[in-house]
Amino acid sequence: MGFYIVQFLTGLSSASALFLVASGLSIIFGVTRIVNFTHGSFYMLGAFIAYSLVGVLDGFFGFWISVILSAMAVGLIAVLMEMLILRRIYQAPELFQLVATFGPILIIQDLALDIWGPEDLFGASAPGMDGAITIMGTPMPEYDLALIALSAVVLGGLWLLFNKTRWGTLVRAATEDRDMISALGVNQKWLFTGVFFLGSFLAALGGAAQVPKGGASLIMDFEILAPIFVVVVIGGMGSIPGAFMAALLISELNVFGILVWPESTLVLMFLVMAVVLILRPWGLFGKPEAPGQHGQVGAPEQPYRPLSRKANTLFAAVLGLLLVLPVFASDFSLVLVMDMVVLSLFAASIHFLMGPGGMVSFGHAAYFGGGAYAVALITSHFELPMEVAFFMGPLGACALALLFGWFCVRRSGVYLAMLTLAFAQVAWSVVFQWGELTGGDDGIIGIWPSPWLGSKAAYYYFTLFFGVGGIMVLRRTLFTPFGYAMRACRDSALRSASIGIDVNRQQWLAFAFSGALAGLAGSLFVYSKGSIFPDEMSLARSFDGLIMVLLGGVKTLAGPVAGASAFTWLDDVISRLDYWRVILGSLIILIVLAFPQGIAGFFRERFGVWFGQETDT
Amino acid sequence: MSTSAEFIWDHIMLKVSGIHSYYGRAHILSEISLEVGRGEILALLGRNGAGKSTTMKSIIGLVPPAKGTIEFLGENIQGMPPFMIARKGLGYVPEDRRIFAALSILENLEVGRQPERQGAPYWTLERLFDLFPNLAELRDRPGGHISGGEQQMLTIARTLMGNPSAILLDEPSEGLAPVIVEKMIETIMTLKSEGLSVILSEQNLSFASYVADRATIIEKGQIRYEGTIDELQKNPDVRNAYLSV
Ligand SMILES: Nc1ncnc2c1ncn2[C@@H]1O[C@H](COP(=O)(O)OP(=O)(O)O)[C@@H](O)[C@H]1O
Ligand SMILES: [Mg+2]
Repeated sequence: MGFYIVQFLTGLSSASALFLVASGLSIIFGVTRIVNFTHGSFYMLGAFIAYSLVGVLDGFFGFWISVILSAMAVGLIAVLMEMLILRRIYQAPELFQLVATFGPILIIQDLALDIWGPEDLFGASAPGMDGAITIMGTPMPEYDLALIALSAVVLGGLWLLFNKTRWGTLVRAATEDRDMISALGVNQKWLFTGVFFLGSFLAALGGAAQVPKGGASLIMDFEILAPIFVVVVIGGMGSIPGAFMAALLISELNVFGILVWPESTLVLMFLVMAVVLILRPWGLFGKPEAPGQHGQVGAPEQPYRPLSRKANTLFAAVLGLLLVLPVFASDFSLVLVMDMVVLSLFAASIHFLMGPGGMVSFGHAAYFGGGAYAVALITSHFELPMEVAFFMGPLGACALALLFGWFCVRRSGVYLAMLTLAFAQVAWSVVFQWGELTGGDDGIIGIWPSPWLGSKAAYYYFTLFFGVGGIMVLRRTLFTPFGYAMRACRDSALRSASIGIDVNRQQWLAFAFSGALAGLAGSLFVYSKGSIFPDEMSLARSFDGLIMVLLGGVKTLAGPVAGASAFTWLDDVISRLDYWRVILGSLIILIVLAFPQGIAGFFRERFGVWFGQETDT
Repeated sequence: MSTSAEFIWDHIMLKVSGIHSYYGRAHILSEISLEVGRGEILALLGRNGAGKSTTMKSIIGLVPPAKGTIEFLGENIQGMPPFMIARKGLGYVPEDRRIFAALSILENLEVGRQPERQGAPYWTLERLFDLFPNLAELRDRPGGHISGGEQQMLTIARTLMGNPSAILLDEPSEGLAPVIVEKMIETIMTLKSEGLSVILSEQNLSFASYVADRATIIEKGQIRYEGTIDELQKNPDVRNAYLSV
């Protein structure tokens, strides 16, 4: 009996960090409508700063003062970010805001690496709470009880703040209608900044408080994102009790699941999310969104048009150049161009879903890497020839996208996006952890093309054929009935349903189609490198894809290609420098602030009329 | 109830001169000019889509005009963010009410609360509950769970919590039952007697004729007619041309 009570309390204590961080994300989103990816970084920073501070102040009170000071310090850093970056883009489309929050992630990663070094840090135990008490014969660490008390205090404090203070009332009002509170004399700017402080403070508090248990490490930022997204989706966005219940549910399932089936934790999270989505699509405490409230990427889009003559000529010229490239280019530049083509296809598959499909995928690397792993696994376990194995990429990715997509398309907008991220993280973890099958961290190596494609030039043409072909297929699809129906669902799910389109099914198939083409890019990738590692499925990879699309511009079909090429080139140039993350992160921020319409959008605005791709108004 | 055209208002509260407003690239208002004096009620009339709501949103700063000036109490407020304009004592009551559905009636009122203001009537909760007795009984009810008429009263009360010296009332009689409309007329006359200036938008003359002193008619974002309510009532041609029946 004592064992089960202790086990339950352990679950409760590990729910603590999850609840703190997720409720912070939820509060920020509720008011600013920004899904702040930097939230994970604030969690990580909270842990690092607390690690350093705890050594300075000693004793029981010194410890808790350090924890709170760390969280406040991070809150102030967050305020700086809000005032310098986010304030300029509150009116921008959802997606630019997202990408703007990628920039600080990279910068914080480099700074943390510089200050605290690459090694994982182990926190000292908390003074005065390093013992254990015994519950019916089973020991229970005191610090776990302290964490439970901390979440209870925060839960109660937040309830008081939101229900008993004027500031809390204003925040709740802003969650419903921010323009109206402004017309009633409330300065939104400072309310937003205050909310951003509070939310980030909670993230950092979660990070700081778990230092005695888990220490601090450089992977904490991405590691926490998937679980808090799951918590928010299960609990219902904007609901603090929802975040608490969801965090508790997941943590308890974890501690008890481990007893029955040790490898079950990820699968359990996946199952819980699946069950909740089927039974209560809006989350345990969530309310249905008004249709059309999310998912729209900015202002209504102009209809796509087939390429004009001039644009066709440009396309032909670029293709011609690519075809003769092997004659004079070095192997090194051929590899770079191949990377550009492969990533262009990957970016185009994301764009297909995000722009015309209206579904933002935060986890498309799952299909890119999934395709690559499908090829590598089939090859290494069954020794199939490349000519067959190659097609396992798109097929495998399609199957995975059919599975994940079935759940994801049940929601729209940011919820859909969070689900894609959570599922992608599950896929990544399975590959990472299931070492016997996938080689885990060591990846799978020795996957080379057949001898007839052995030379760089031959494989270059092969890549060009499938890469450019894949992009053209994506583009052509937009002008087929399938493409029309998909765009109709994006523009109005209600009206599409009323003319007989099965919206869920349409979106599901679009999701799978996009996944298949990302898998094709994965196939091309694995044979060009000869190997595949879990990194290609990671969140960082998914974010790269999103950055490419946004660099290029969401509203132009040429955007992903331009963005992927620019990104690949940029990455090649700066990844050799020290502090390349700081540089890349700052560039992303600058680009988002300066060209919210992306590279291709910028050119289209300037030269579109000349190319006959834009009407003169 | 209307005043003669010769009446000279001792004090201009709000003066809008030649504003132009856009939604994106769509030019919605052109050369709109209005003036309202202390304690005066100006009816802004026009059919659905004429540009009444856009005019009000332009004045309060939600749709900032691209050109023209807006003076409130002698100060240029054009280009200020809505919260600053509201804090100067200009209240805005939107046509779609925009009640905070998850907040209780009391909390809705709390959002509107601003400090007491020199030269403007001061509203306490008691005074507002005297004016709107229904709301007093519902004070703990969520704003989303009260009737349309009660919501209309609540949205006015919420704006009054800011102790404004002038308010913009966008189609307050829309969709209300006749008894509630009567109550609304009474309310507006009370506000007038407190010395508040009101710009009231309506699609037709019937409701406005009970309360307004003067009327301005707009159509397609332009001013078509200006005059007293009495003059407008004697002019069926203008009414038929620009107003709903
Ligand atoms: N948010 C908006 N975006 C674009 N056009 C709008 C928007 N709101 C109103 N309009 C257009 O502006 C014009 C004036 O609208 P509005 O000011 O609401 O008129 P009224 O209040 O007199 O009915 C209408 O043609 C309407 O279609
Ligand atoms: Mg209107």
